[in-house]
Amino acid sequence: MEPFTTHTGRAVPLRRSNVDTDQIIPASYLKRVSRAGFGEGLFAAWREDPSFVLNQPQYGGATILVAGNDFGTGSSREHAVWALTDYGFRAVIAPRFGDIFRTNSTKAGLLPVELPEATVSALQDAIEADPATEVVVDLDNRLVLAEAAGIKAPFEIDGYTRWRLMEGLDDIGLTLRHVDDITAFEHSRPSWLPVTA
Amino acid sequence: MGRTLAEKIWDAHVVRSAEGEPDLLYIDLHLVHEVTSPQAFDGLRAANRKVRRPDLTIATEDHNVPTTGITGPGVPLSGPSSPVTDPVSRTQVEALRKNCAEFGVRNYPMGDGDQGIVHVIGPQLGLTQPGLTIVCGDSHTSTHGALGALAFGIGTSEVEHVLATQTLPQQRPKTMAVTVNGMLPDGVLPKDLILAIIAQIGTGGGQGYVIEYRGPAIRAMSMEGRLTVCNMSIEAGARAGLVAPDEVTFAYLKGRPHAPTGADWEAAVDYWSSLRSDDDATFDHEVTIDADTLTPYVTWGTNPGQALPLGASVPDPASFTDPGDRTAAERALKYMDLTPGTPLRDIAVDTVFIGSCTNGRMEDLRAAAAVLRGRKVAPSVRMLVVPGSMEVRAQAEREGLNEIFTAAGAEWRSAGCSMCLGMNPDTLSPGERSASTSNRNFEGRQGKGGRTHLVSPEVAVATAVTGHLAAPADL
Repeated sequence: MEPFTTHTGRAVPLRRSNVDTDQIIPASYLKRVSRAGFGEGLFAAWREDPSFVLNQPQYGGATILVAGNDFGTGSSREHAVWALTDYGFRAVIAPRFGDIFRTNSTKAGLLPVELPEATVSALQDAIEADPATEVVVDLDNRLVLAEAAGIKAPFEIDGYTRWRLMEGLDDIGLTLRHVDDITAFEHSRPSWLPVTA
Repeated sequence: MGRTLAEKIWDAHVVRSAEGEPDLLYIDLHLVHEVTSPQAFDGLRAANRKVRRPDLTIATEDHNVPTTGITGPGVPLSGPSSPVTDPVSRTQVEALRKNCAEFGVRNYPMGDGDQGIVHVIGPQLGLTQPGLTIVCGDSHTSTHGALGALAFGIGTSEVEHVLATQTLPQQRPKTMAVTVNGMLPDGVLPKDLILAIIAQIGTGGGQGYVIEYRGPAIRAMSMEGRLTVCNMSIEAGARAGLVAPDEVTFAYLKGRPHAPTGADWEAAVDYWSSLRSDDDATFDHEVTIDADTLTPYVTWGTNPGQALPLGASVPDPASFTDPGDRTAAERALKYMDLTPGTPLRDIAVDTVFIGSCTNGRMEDLRAAAAVLRGRKVAPSVRMLVVPGSMEVRAQAEREGLNEIFTAAGAEWRSAGCSMCLGMNPDTLSPGERSASTSNRNFEGRQGKGGRTHLVSPEVAVATAVTGHLAAPADL
């Protein structure tokens, strides 16, 4: 996983709530067996509309998505995260995320940033007023900055996830440091528990 | 201080706990399907890792498989006689078979007598048991909580993690009690109840929580009804839903292929009987619903929280006080091509789908057949009945239900996710409208441009007969 410390980039406002992962990447795009190339399917149905925000040239090259409430609800498909990163996004800012999407993001190097609804709205206003607005997502200091718009917003993220993202660490490798604990736990499991064989 | 059921199961699975770190949780059962697993197996190969516990892992082919032309075991995956015509779907199923063979995981291929939707076969085989931790790369893993298991959906990176370590690092969730008082009236099904619950707490209301469903209406509910309720917990944002195990649970499990037997059964029931929230346990949030006053529910919009009683009318977006809800309603009505004020009963549909991990079990098919018996599907309507597993299909045929469906003009299919998600040949065409017993009415969920109304199996059948949204009482 690519480490995430501080990212500076332009942002794109997606003023929609309840953006489910079926919208982020429709099921018909889920049939690939690799992790690459999913950007093509990102918001596939919405991108057919020329006025959709990702089609607007002023937001070309944006790397931060500023979305409405409950972003990434629904299906557990991690392909939604891969589609966003493959398209070029490094962070998504929203008032609230679907639980599974948020977890998937932190496993795949996409930073989900929760900010209060009013702050998200102010950020969207600022970006719409000036699409060249520079937005800084500073994971080290847990801050989102859009200095030109006078926005300086702290965000919360648990220390462990922050550390793992900043170091770009592989979760499996971390867990396998405790393989003896896993083995000991396995010895304590009752014998009547089901097996699939 | 007392503990909730979710906390008891959690505590019993903590492999390692350290200050400032998520708990490392042991996973008792890992369910795998073809869509969310190929990249995980690739990851294992790249790191030269094995599946730690193939004996706690099981796979099935459900999302991509067609539901026609599956005659029995050994149905070919390729060649002119294969029912799988989409080469990309074939690749994904082939990848699952290859991965399962290489890593020693048992797979139920299409055509097998035990194949079916992953969330239907787990309980059916008796693998889903009270007190277990269960995960799957699928958000509807919440289904298994109906038996008192802590079961939740995960992404592909986590799938790889579980394959490699049989554990997951997890932050302890908050707990929510949803207490359903009273009894569901006749004609009001568990599906109506969960739609009403989601409408009340909202699609994001359960985020960060495990929901425990409790109260008299839940106690009186069959196991299959509880599976329907827990299935849609994720539609309220909760990764897991739970029902404390009781005599209904034990009776459901006894004699199933993977259920314990003899002295093991006694030991298991002893343990399972301890799996209930203590009287003095406190939940982080509590919600109460009155079952007595419920009527059939249908969705009118593009998320499962946009639902109303069937007797209501399409809402006016202006009636929503929250600006976000108002915009969402405007957008939904445009997508759904609906006009505010239209009685929901006046909405005509093209397709009726009965099936999915929400409503593809025996009780659902029996309820549907009971309404359909002696009636005909309206000429303007296409109706698909897709059993959730091949075993459900076989049982339904033993009971003659398939004959009721086909005599009425419905299509009787083989098992799979089918029209729930638009990944296999069963899809809606652009602009086509369905009444569907599945779980998601998202834009394009059942096929690009398709419009979905979520309903119970009984409402689905009444709708098929009349050609517009209806309940059996309207027939």
